Amino acid sequence: MKEIIKQLVEAYGPSGYEGQVTDIITELVKDYVDELTTDVLGNLIAVKKGTSGKKVMFSAHTDEIGFVITHIDDKGFLRFSNVGGLNILTLVGGRVRFANGTIGVIGKEKGDLKELDLDKLFIDIGAKNREDALEKVKVGDFAIAHREYNDLGNRIVSKAMDDRIGCVVLIEALKKISKPVHDLYFVFSSQEEVGLRGARTSSYAIDPDLGIAVDVTPTGDTPEAPRSEVALGNGAAIKVMDTSVIAHPKVKALLTRLAEAKGIKYQYEVLTRGGTDAGAIHLTKEGVPSGCISIPVRHVHTPSEMIDLDDVQACVDLVVAVAEDALADF
Amino acid sequence: MDIKKFLCEMSESPGISGYEHDLAQKISENCPWADETRSDKLGNLILLKRGKDDQNSRPKIMLAAHMDEIGLMVTKIEKEGFIRFSTVGGFDQRVLLAQEVVVHGKKDLPGVIGAKPPHSLTAEERRRTVSIEDMFIDIGFDSFEKVSQYVNVGDLITIKRDCLSLQGNYITGKAMDDRVGVAVMLECLKELAKREHIADVYAVCTVQEEVGLRGATTSTYGIVPDIGIAIDVGFGDMPGIPEYDSIKMSNGPGITVGPQVHPKLHERMVKTARDWNIPFSPEATPSPGGTDTYAMQVTRSGIPTMLLSVPIRYMHTPVETVDYTDVIRTGRLLALFIAELDHEFLEGLKCF
Amino acid sequence: MLLKRLSEACGGPGKESVVRDLIKQEITEQNLADEIICDAIGNLIVKKDGTKSDGPKVMLAAHMDEVALMISNVEKNGLLKFKPVGGIDLRILVGKSVYVGANKVSGVIGAKPIHMQRPEERNTPLGLNELYIDLGVRSQEEAERLVKVGDYAYFTTSFSEFGDNLYKGKAFDDRVGCAVLMEVLKERYEFPLYVAFTVQEEIGLRGSTVAGYTVEPDLALVIEGTAANDIPDSKEHQQSTNLGKGPALTMMDRSVIPNPRLVSEILKVADEHKIPVQIRRGTQGGTDAGKIQGTKGGVPVAVISVPCRYIHGPVSVMNKNDYNNTIELVKNFLKTLEQRGGVL
Repeated sequence: MKEIIKQLVEAYGPSGYEGQVTDIITELVKDYVDELTTDVLGNLIAVKKGTSGKKVMFSAHTDEIGFVITHIDDKGFLRFSNVGGLNILTLVGGRVRFANGTIGVIGKEKGDLKELDLDKLFIDIGAKNREDALEKVKVGDFAIAHREYNDLGNRIVSKAMDDRIGCVVLIEALKKISKPVHDLYFVFSSQEEVGLRGARTSSYAIDPDLGIAVDVTPTGDTPEAPRSEVALGNGAAIKVMDTSVIAHPKVKALLTRLAEAKGIKYQYEVLTRGGTDAGAIHLTKEGVPSGCISIPVRHVHTPSEMIDLDDVQACVDLVVAVAEDALADF
Repeated sequence: MDIKKFLCEMSESPGISGYEHDLAQKISENCPWADETRSDKLGNLILLKRGKDDQNSRPKIMLAAHMDEIGLMVTKIEKEGFIRFSTVGGFDQRVLLAQEVVVHGKKDLPGVIGAKPPHSLTAEERRRTVSIEDMFIDIGFDSFEKVSQYVNVGDLITIKRDCLSLQGNYITGKAMDDRVGVAVMLECLKELAKREHIADVYAVCTVQEEVGLRGATTSTYGIVPDIGIAIDVGFGDMPGIPEYDSIKMSNGPGITVGPQVHPKLHERMVKTARDWNIPFSPEATPSPGGTDTYAMQVTRSGIPTMLLSVPIRYMHTPVETVDYTDVIRTGRLLALFIAELDHEFLEGLKCF
Repeated sequence: MLLKRLSEACGGPGKESVVRDLIKQEITEQNLADEIICDAIGNLIVKKDGTKSDGPKVMLAAHMDEVALMISNVEKNGLLKFKPVGGIDLRILVGKSVYVGANKVSGVIGAKPIHMQRPEERNTPLGLNELYIDLGVRSQEEAERLVKVGDYAYFTTSFSEFGDNLYKGKAFDDRVGCAVLMEVLKERYEFPLYVAFTVQEEIGLRGSTVAGYTVEPDLALVIEGTAANDIPDSKEHQQSTNLGKGPALTMMDRSVIPNPRLVSEILKVADEHKIPVQIRRGTQGGTDAGKIQGTKGGVPVAVISVPCRYIHGPVSVMNKNDYNNTIELVKNFLKTLEQRGGVL
């Protein structure tokens, strides 16, 4: 599993430009699925056909937060805006990478750190002047945080765990399910970080009976963290609510029952800030009972997001359990 | 059936956004005027009263009042047995201190939101409000172990507040927003039972309005009405709110005008009110985000929508106060509006 | 001139009927459409059949509404309280004249004379509690004979040529988009063209939400009037667009990341036809494209904008060449699409 994680977190895939990620996933899953399609917004949809007539949609997003270049000045410095929720404190001195491999450093203008905003930051790609910069980068190009993958043993730290680790969970689960009961739609969704956009359209096209997002959730187990019971290593987090969705009571009950029955370690998650694909799925058409299985991640939306492999395994087991359940209530 | 009494019962019942199931059950048992009752996938309760027209040409009127209320949710249980919580929907943190609550764990447990005694407050503390993150609930157990026998992260908490009659026809309770709207729909159906109407009336008790108009989004998609009318509560006049930002109490509903209201529906509703001598207040709402109307209007290829607001005082506090006379007037106005609808009017709603 | 008439027409969010009627009349008179649909929330959707029976459904959209003020109360002394509909900087309001309601009753937004202000007052922007519209009446009764709660007030700016090859007027956001689409409608293509004049963009992209659902296009372009911030003391990287540098393409805003493929094809068309274009800097704001992209199973979209200074105020300014180049860019893109049999 570590190799797949490494391969996926290192890939380039800011919102709207997820092609490299979906290409990798396509290679990884193509032998295990009945159908594989990409839609207009860049969602990759892998289908395993069942016999019950019920449709279950799992969704993990392929995009990561990043940068979009808004201006290149005469000296060749780049100005940028955020793609998704960047944490400004983690930017200065960090590096970014463009689709063509160009690397840049984020620098800041003089001034008080308290008044720092994106307008005062710039990217230096080592260009001599504007023309030199234009050889490599144009206005409107997207970039991602450039940070290496580190294996810490049972824990791994990297950029873009949010939500490539969710993609890994779906890929691993998909390999394990041999005889699907229901039609299973594994959606590797686009543009989650800018407003759940890929999940919205893919869910409309699929029109599922049950929707499960697989995404990361911040933990409350670090020094003086915002108050939360979620802790790294305490198992799969079953979402109760966040700002985008209140998990359907039936879905919360289903996930709890399956976790208890299969001995999967779990914890409940109440998130007061942030949303997931489930927020878009549950409002599709006449409504879809939806919930979310969350992978606890420390340092979310920084270039150093940390996961625990046991949590990841627990999430894989829980996804498999849902896929193989009779789902009598849905 | 005494709808006023039932409004009190509804106000006292728990029904936090996402967890409206038991309340929906209660409402469906107390609505003898519906021909058909069903719940959809997100839990919206749909009370259908059929019109007299031929089935193929029967227009569909959707009424929407949300049955969910704002509430609290357990986020953490401290070692000493105190419960930390977050909110579901928008609470004024200042009203929470020292409230009695019910924690809906494995069983319902009474609790209080603790507050430091005034003696131990510093001058600085007195000037500041306590943030919700720093508040806690005391249920009388002194350890994590004892509390966690009954309570888990994600459990719901409601404010405990019995419904109370004030002078005249005023009543007060914790969840008038928007059980008042549900009462209006019941008054309307009751009134319609005495009249003829061509349209099928779908009275929808919507879910999850307080967290983003979610139930109205999906129920409107399912019903595809010819007209959508939301009934919600509006800001009743009170000290500290200027006249131009409030609706007069005891003077009938606010009939809203604004981008989310179809001009012809507005015109017609005003005419109905004038014809039948039902008092009302005009209400101008430029930013349409706050009610089910907003979600209904942009469903599918667009729905002509409007909004009636029943004035209540002290919204989003546990002492929401309404004049029940306004509820009756609003229900009657709605019924008369529906009874007078004809096909010609409905066809004129496009290309207005 | 149609752009002048569009600019001077008054149509706030939800009350676009004057603009809608103007466009409808023009289309009917010039016989520009094969079908006109008005929907329940006021969108005008104009269909022009293709010369071939199949081909992709191409949707073009521009919004008819402009920011406005809504009368929220008639005070006892006959003065009108109001609230903004859409994003308006309250600081620009004081000392302007307005038309109120469908009958365009004249009024002014007044303020206490400078002589009577305390020094600190001059430095504090006036808020909604201090601002009001004066119709010159003495009582509530008199005022209520002229206007009612819910009426809109609009700036009284007239359209004119200006400076060096510029236009000035109100509501260029997005009447300029409407004007561009009227020009495009004069041509017929092989594929069916759906031109949507949408409502309520300024208060949450609401018209396009349902117009997209109704049309269900295979491809969509949104034509906007976007902010040009090329003014003194604004650093180069903060100037979202510049007047005179051609139509602006959006790479990302708060509502949409346009389809990369579609954007690069439009850039190629601009290059081939020597039409100047600029990439919009900054990612502020949202457009109808966001909602159209999210329609049903998803739609490829792009946004082409005419740069305008001082939008959402009483007077905006734009460049004639930018306007004409936007028309050329859209037409040439559609022709290119046609030559390729409707495939990108």
